[in-house]
Amino acid sequence: MALFGLVVCAVVFVAWRVNSVLVYDWDWSRVLGFVVRFDAESGAWVSNLLLQGLFTTIRLAFWSTIFAAIIGLVMGYWRTCDTLALRIISRTYVELIRNIPPLVFIFIFYFFISSQLFPALGMDNIDRNSPWVDNAVFRIAFGEPALFTNFLSGLICLALFEAAYITEIVRAGIQSIDKGQWEAGRAIGLSRRNLLRDIIFPQAIRKILPPLAGQFITLIKDSAIISLISVQELTFLASEVAATTSRVFETWILVAAMYFALCYLFAFIFARLERRANRARR
Amino acid sequence: MSPTPLVEISGLSKWYDDFSALHDIHLTVAEGEKVVICGPSGSGKSTLIRCINQLEEHQQGTIRVAGQEVRPGMKGIEAIRREVGMVFQSFNLFPHMTILENLTLGPIRNRGMDRAAAHKLAMEYLDKVRIAEQADKYPPQLSGGQQQRVAIARALCMQPRIMLFDEPTSALDPEMIAGVLEVMEGLARDGMTMIVVTHEMGFARRVADRVVFMDEGEIVEVAPPEQFFNAPRSDRAKLFLGQLLNH
Repeated sequence: MALFGLVVCAVVFVAWRVNSVLVYDWDWSRVLGFVVRFDAESGAWVSNLLLQGLFTTIRLAFWSTIFAAIIGLVMGYWRTCDTLALRIISRTYVELIRNIPPLVFIFIFYFFISSQLFPALGMDNIDRNSPWVDNAVFRIAFGEPALFTNFLSGLICLALFEAAYITEIVRAGIQSIDKGQWEAGRAIGLSRRNLLRDIIFPQAIRKILPPLAGQFITLIKDSAIISLISVQELTFLASEVAATTSRVFETWILVAAMYFALCYLFAFIFARLERRANRARR
Repeated sequence: MSPTPLVEISGLSKWYDDFSALHDIHLTVAEGEKVVICGPSGSGKSTLIRCINQLEEHQQGTIRVAGQEVRPGMKGIEAIRREVGMVFQSFNLFPHMTILENLTLGPIRNRGMDRAAAHKLAMEYLDKVRIAEQADKYPPQLSGGQQQRVAIARALCMQPRIMLFDEPTSALDPEMIAGVLEVMEGLARDGMTMIVVTHEMGFARRVADRVVFMDEGEIVEVAPPEQFFNAPRSDRAKLFLGQLLNH
């Protein structure tokens, strides 16, 4: 606690020194106006670009995590399979993604998905006014219907990218289970399916959860890259706000604070969950 | 003792790359018979019994369990494994399940037993290994000796026709060994067919019908315990027993 106070003092001192040396006129009012604004028409405060961007980032993170977890779980299991073909597929996937810069991967994939795959699947022709799409639940889950295909391609990119790392986490988790557990399961006549379901996965999951939580937070931070393919998440909208207001420092400091709050919140929740899980086991 | 052979091994060979782990093994174990396998470490004792339920695959020869041939990669190996109980050196209990769940898993999944019946069966065997009061604990909460007794009960719950023991006391503290051996001797008295890999020569003397001595992947000598311990024929067995005594 004393250390924390010391750090705060140091930061305040440095900020004060910088402020007295720099000739920079701080003005937060315009930037804060992009977080929430007063809507004269309805007479209420509504979210503006930055807050909307934060929501999009949260949505992106939420869905990408689910998809990445599914892909990672399957691929991670394939990495440990006896079947050579499955091992080759999953290994190739992991090595390909881990050895290409995320940005390059996302450019390649985005242009493939959005210019080839989506038209081929007819995703471009989704009726934006149909009751399936134009409703509150859809908006909460996926954001603006008009931006849905754009959101989806960003989401797939991010999920595929993060899933490669989750694959490795899952593989390590499965392989960390002692060989004796497999043997004991086989010796009492369990089928491979039962063996995995009753013995290997329940133990592997406990080992996987902490690094998985870390990867989830990494995913939130990595989602900023998706701004480069024009998905309107926090970083993308922040660069627009910074350009419009020309309050560059204020905008990015505020956005950094938003990311920090989001990631720290999840880290805190995961730490609590982990502690509770550990207590329950004793 | 009925003369039906429960396990028939003939011409069994196994190798890893160019290392020969087992070489031309012939061994028949009759129903109700107790066989102790001993020999220096690395002689292939464990590998041999692990071939019987195919935890290890063999490259040559045939293995029959209760008349049915066991082949590497075969379909329906689960049906054979339910007749063959196995106890490991390192217990290998499932740490995320209670003692009771450890015991009921096999009967429920493999024998298709309902939960209540499996529960009842499990409690019977836990009683038999004198550990029934620990049924709701988790394996790491028990001592090594208790864990090994649970592992024996878990194997028995499958109601196997033969039990394989792979150095069941080697990982135990000396004061824990007696309890485990007692359970095994009780099992022998009940007429269970057993193949035991062990260094416990006292146990071999008391329980074994035959002692099989292995060295370098081969069976060197098979004899009744009296004869094996008092007058081993082969030089390698004499050397081995001499080392045990001088130890």
